[in-house]
Amino acid sequence: MIGIQYGITGLLFLFFGFLLMLIMRWQLANPGDPVPVIGGMLQAVFGDSAFSANADGVKGVLTATGYNAFGAMHGTIMVFFGIVPVAFAAFGNFVVPLQIGAPDMTFPKINMASFWVFFISCVIMLASFFVPGGAAKSGWTSYSPLAGVADMGPGFHPFFNGQTLWLVGMVFNITASLLGAVNFIATIIQLRAPGMTWMRLPFFVWTQFVTAWLLLLAFPPLEAAGVMQLMDRAFGTSFFMPTGLIVNGQLAAWSGGGSPILWQHLFWFLAHPEVYVLILPGAGMVAEIIANNTRKPLYGYKALVGAILVLGFLSFIVWAHHMYMTGMGAKVAGFFQTTTIIISIPSVIIITALMLSLWGGSIRFTPPMLFATAWLPMFGIGGLTGIPLAFNAVDLYLHDTYYVIGHFHYVVAPGTIFAIFAGVYYWFPKATGRMMSPFLGHLHFWPSLIMLNGIFFPMFLQGMAGVHRRWYDGGATYEQIIKPVIHWNEFMSVSAFLLAIAQIPFIINFCWSIFKGKKVVNDNPWDATTVEWVAPSPPGHGNFEKPITVYRGPYEYSVPGANKDYTPQTEPPISEKFPTTAPAGVPAH
Amino acid sequence: MSEHHPAVTAETPNAPHDHDHAHDVSKHVKGYLIVGALLLVFTFITVALAYVDFGSHTANVVVAMIVATFKAGLVAAIFMHLKGEKRLIWQFLFFTVFFAIGLFFLTWLHWIDPIFGTHHTHH
Amino acid sequence: MQIPYETTARPDTGLYNAKLGIWLFLASEVMLFGGLFSAYVFLRLGADDGYWPMGLLNVPIGTMNTAILIASSVTVVLAWAALKMRQWAKYKFYMLITIICGIIFLAVKLTLEWPEKFVHFGAFIKKDKWAEYEAYLGNEHRTKLGLSPRPEISGHLHAVEVAVAPEKKGDFDSFLIKHHLVAEAGTDPAHPVLVVKDDHGHGPRPSIAEKLVRIPGVKAVAYEVELDAVNADPTSPDNDRPHFIPRKRSDKVATIKAEDISSWSAFAPKHSSYFAVYFTITGLHGLHVLGGVIIFIYFYLFGEKLYRKNPEHMANRVEVSGLFWHFVDLVWIFVFPIFYLL
Repeated sequence: MIGIQYGITGLLFLFFGFLLMLIMRWQLANPGDPVPVIGGMLQAVFGDSAFSANADGVKGVLTATGYNAFGAMHGTIMVFFGIVPVAFAAFGNFVVPLQIGAPDMTFPKINMASFWVFFISCVIMLASFFVPGGAAKSGWTSYSPLAGVADMGPGFHPFFNGQTLWLVGMVFNITASLLGAVNFIATIIQLRAPGMTWMRLPFFVWTQFVTAWLLLLAFPPLEAAGVMQLMDRAFGTSFFMPTGLIVNGQLAAWSGGGSPILWQHLFWFLAHPEVYVLILPGAGMVAEIIANNTRKPLYGYKALVGAILVLGFLSFIVWAHHMYMTGMGAKVAGFFQTTTIIISIPSVIIITALMLSLWGGSIRFTPPMLFATAWLPMFGIGGLTGIPLAFNAVDLYLHDTYYVIGHFHYVVAPGTIFAIFAGVYYWFPKATGRMMSPFLGHLHFWPSLIMLNGIFFPMFLQGMAGVHRRWYDGGATYEQIIKPVIHWNEFMSVSAFLLAIAQIPFIINFCWSIFKGKKVVNDNPWDATTVEWVAPSPPGHGNFEKPITVYRGPYEYSVPGANKDYTPQTEPPISEKFPTTAPAGVPAH
Repeated sequence: MSEHHPAVTAETPNAPHDHDHAHDVSKHVKGYLIVGALLLVFTFITVALAYVDFGSHTANVVVAMIVATFKAGLVAAIFMHLKGEKRLIWQFLFFTVFFAIGLFFLTWLHWIDPIFGTHHTHH
Repeated sequence: MQIPYETTARPDTGLYNAKLGIWLFLASEVMLFGGLFSAYVFLRLGADDGYWPMGLLNVPIGTMNTAILIASSVTVVLAWAALKMRQWAKYKFYMLITIICGIIFLAVKLTLEWPEKFVHFGAFIKKDKWAEYEAYLGNEHRTKLGLSPRPEISGHLHAVEVAVAPEKKGDFDSFLIKHHLVAEAGTDPAHPVLVVKDDHGHGPRPSIAEKLVRIPGVKAVAYEVELDAVNADPTSPDNDRPHFIPRKRSDKVATIKAEDISSWSAFAPKHSSYFAVYFTITGLHGLHVLGGVIIFIYFYLFGEKLYRKNPEHMANRVEVSGLFWHFVDLVWIFVFPIFYLL
């Protein structure tokens, strides 16, 4: 139930963040032009700091301030209010207890508290758009000293301003995530059904387990930093405010003695593990769907598990590769470059194992499988384009350019969001008892795939030409320098709008199928092996009708000698001759 | 010594513990009081040591941290029952402490290794 | 199906659910306070010589508070032991003491420690003006001894000298009335100022003084400060090292020109990174103490029903919240020497 609450809220925020981006992309392709049709309404809703009228008095031109606010909030919303609630909290709360054979999460009341604290953070973040001065506009990274001085002075409320509300909202969001993380770890450790050993866990559960650890240990320093930045704004402290800061031509009214770099350290200590939080649940979902739709076990299960454990561990000690431009010396830069390159190894192991899992399978291109298969090359592009950024010397040039934006969007947009779509199509029948329409699924998938590449591939070209990531006019001011690549703006923006249209079949499919989708003939419409498919569709209170016992591993598809091409984890051994998997000497399919 | 428990059946997964655990606990009570007294004594030692100059500021810090760590260790081991706690909890703490030290160490490393000049912040 | 392992231990981990849960939560708390302490280290390393004060906190009171918290740690584990031994009356006795200790800790902090900081005044003198205030800073003496310089003059505000633009006199006067202040003409005919004090003859509170000098048309000219002992006699050997036991304020009053000050405030979070991190860490710690006290009050008042139904479950609840309380004590064991003594 909580999974569904998180899911709906998260999906709505993903959609909202997407809309913000669409407005930004209009501006990038057509700087200074009012947003067509809805421009007047946007100005009425978001206020005059975000939108203004052009020379002819037509309202709805996104201002630089508005662009910055939309950009900062797009990032914040997509990461903390879209992907984490959907991929981690929603899918996790719904699928993980089912997959381990548990009746519920370990601490149901804390789970409920976690959702409502998250909900409060959502309300605060949304409210921040409508206070005088608009939403936070200092980047999703909220670097001091800008974030310490922004939204202050005449025209802003001393406390209820966008930048301060962003911090308050983040504190609530982080608290909710921490409560959730405790629940996930405790559940996976304590509530596995009898027979569900660690190495029989579906890979998705492993990814959720590591993700929960990342959230548990990496979020608190950012919560501390958020409180400190809040103190800087509300109580005039100088945690991050340096001495001698000049704002608007005058010495700023802080005592000084603080360190802006301290903020960056505390922020990125979380934000780097956070990117693995964004990708791991998706990788887990893709793994489940690939195994199911190739009718064969995953290749290299042990390697996959080892890889994500190493990945989780290393993710804590790579963070300063986001800070190469802060004047760090050779020793510390060398350290972080080394750990960053090493962390690419487990990522490669994961994607290679998943790709090899396709080999020799009898592939069914169901809608989830379409998205899961596409995930592989898309995540590959995202990951490979990250490697140049790991090097200090290359990052000197590429830092804060569109190259970086292209890199991380490939990982999260055709990466995690595709994984989320795959997961929605895959587990929809379990949650509702009905199937989504495959036809609409195809109609959703193909244009989305093409358009996502249309948006994000040219970003590499723009980035390498030097286009900065936060130019509100798409680089029009610097057109002389970036002439060869500026035309890509229109191409990317058109792709973005077409991408928006491609989501309509999904929205229709989702909403319509809840009520009128084809009813499932049994609880296991995909003929899957993992335990969640034993539960009723949808599962009732306590998830399962009978206690669960697990007898075998998670991916026993096409076991030689079995009477069907899948053997559920809960199916007892037929006889002593076939106790668990294939008999000795018989290779896996 | 212990009161009569309410009747429980073998099927109840949440049945209370056996009586002998109560015996174990009573043995520890004296230990708790001794540790409590030790902690109070070492608090006064901490303050007294602050009046002694150990040569450099760094040395003073190290001495104070050693005493604090010893006190914290007593609280953790005895009051929080870490001594004799299950392996899993120790594993959690190992990773936590490792990453906490990582945060301190790497931040400090960045501090001492700038490209030029220092990170000093005041005029 | 009921959730298993709520009070009995799962065989392979040997733990019941809540114990696992609280240790996970404590792991995140280690990282939270770790983040704050790493901020402390970073800021202290970065502070220029002399800008990180010592001896500004009351060590006897801090020591007493430390002892109270340690005592409450002992009593909470004795309360748990009493529950395990099924001694309900003893549990209530020890739990009550724990709660009282927690409340005393907070009360001491909020009545004896914090408020007096907010009426204390400190002004950092601009570096190129240190020589003019040598009588209060004593930096020549300190440099000779190889000690860190003293950049600040502190004490209590005796009066604020301001110049008021004639057209803003109305706003100024209504401010005085609103905050029970009086203004007299200054005694030096060459420098006409208004000397603002409260109606008891002392200076205004720093927070009020801040608002006063920010009224448009009102310009701060100078601050008259009843000096702390350390500024009244800065070259005395007694003042060469920080004092842990607070000393009486002197009778000496110094006048500091506003233009010579780089920043001033009460001993509030905004005063310096030292006070910023002190108030933030002790404040967050205090919130954790408050949270613990609230939970204990709940278990004290409403625990009997669960105890009669399932005493082991009740014992586990107290054990788990006791673990939280011990962690809070553990944090204080580090906070005390770091802020009060070092």
